[in-house]
Amino acid sequence: MHGYYGTYLTVVVLFAIGAAIVGGAFLANRALRPHRPTPEKLTTYECGVDPVGEGWAQSYVRYYVFAYLYVVFAVDAVFLFPWATVFSAKGYGYVTLGEMFVFLAFIAAGLAYAWKKGVLGWV
Amino acid sequence: MTAADLVIVLLGVVAVGAGVLVVATRQLVHAALWLVVSFGALAGSYLVLTAEFVAWVQVLIYVGAVVVLLLFGIMLTRAPIGRSEDLDSGNRIVALVVAVATAGVLVTTLVRGFRSAYVPIKDRVGSGSSHTLGGSLFQTWVLPFEALSVLLLAALIGAIVLSRTDIGGAGPEPEEEEPEPRRRPAAPRGTVARRLGTARRRATPDDEDTIVLSRVDEEI
Repeated sequence: MHGYYGTYLTVVVLFAIGAAIVGGAFLANRALRPHRPTPEKLTTYECGVDPVGEGWAQSYVRYYVFAYLYVVFAVDAVFLFPWATVFSAKGYGYVTLGEMFVFLAFIAAGLAYAWKKGVLGWV
Repeated sequence: MTAADLVIVLLGVVAVGAGVLVVATRQLVHAALWLVVSFGALAGSYLVLTAEFVAWVQVLIYVGAVVVLLLFGIMLTRAPIGRSEDLDSGNRIVALVVAVATAGVLVTTLVRGFRSAYVPIKDRVGSGSSHTLGGSLFQTWVLPFEALSVLLLAALIGAIVLSRTDIGGAGPEPEEEEPEPRRRPAAPRGTVARRLGTARRRATPDDEDTIVLSRVDEEI
């Protein structure tokens, strides 16, 4: 397990072992348990109360901003990693440092807009 | 054919197959989940090509964030959660022709452009690190990088204006802002959700909400 592919082969083997443990546990459970279903047993468990309606509910469009903010922060963070490895290296200097802060300033402007409009009201 | 070639061909088959299932499945939520498989196979292909940083960014951004955004989009619409029979578009044939033509153009360009350009992958190990990527990003591709921040800003403001009609000021507020749930509203969990839920209850008091709230109380 050496070299580039060897190390990732270790990861794959680890995932396979994990899947085998989980799958094996479910399989052993299925093989050992008695199976006598009734309609009451097959209903969704909701703290002892019979479930009402269906499991589907439409959520509100205002939550979309939170999901999108997550995307913005994820993209933001992803670009910080390559920047952090190079900005102090030879030949980059303050220009590279400033470029990232320009990038962050644009996104901060969006956040300031969101703050001003009260979208970030949960913080 | 080395083992790496075999793995990348298999990953490509998985990516294309999952991509076909995204448009062919009868359940909308499954389409988003097949997209996870497709993106994951693509990340695996990047790993085989030793582009480690891009591969994990693919997992973080596409599998993590973009699919969450898509699932949110499905949850916001009135799309049914089970099988739906009316997913077939009338433009199926046209869409198929456009898709095959686009794929043809891309594959032809790649094959004709890089037919004889072979790079031994063993020599490229370590070249997919964030250091290499940062070097080319901040030496050559600075302007696209800064343009990306403007794109993100525009999308963020657009999302805010579109999703908060009380901010954009367009249209009648209660109807657009609080669409009537199709069957029953979600039983809100957590303090924030419950606070929003109570705000909504004041706006549209009806019997369904009362049932849900009593059930929430019982659960507590």
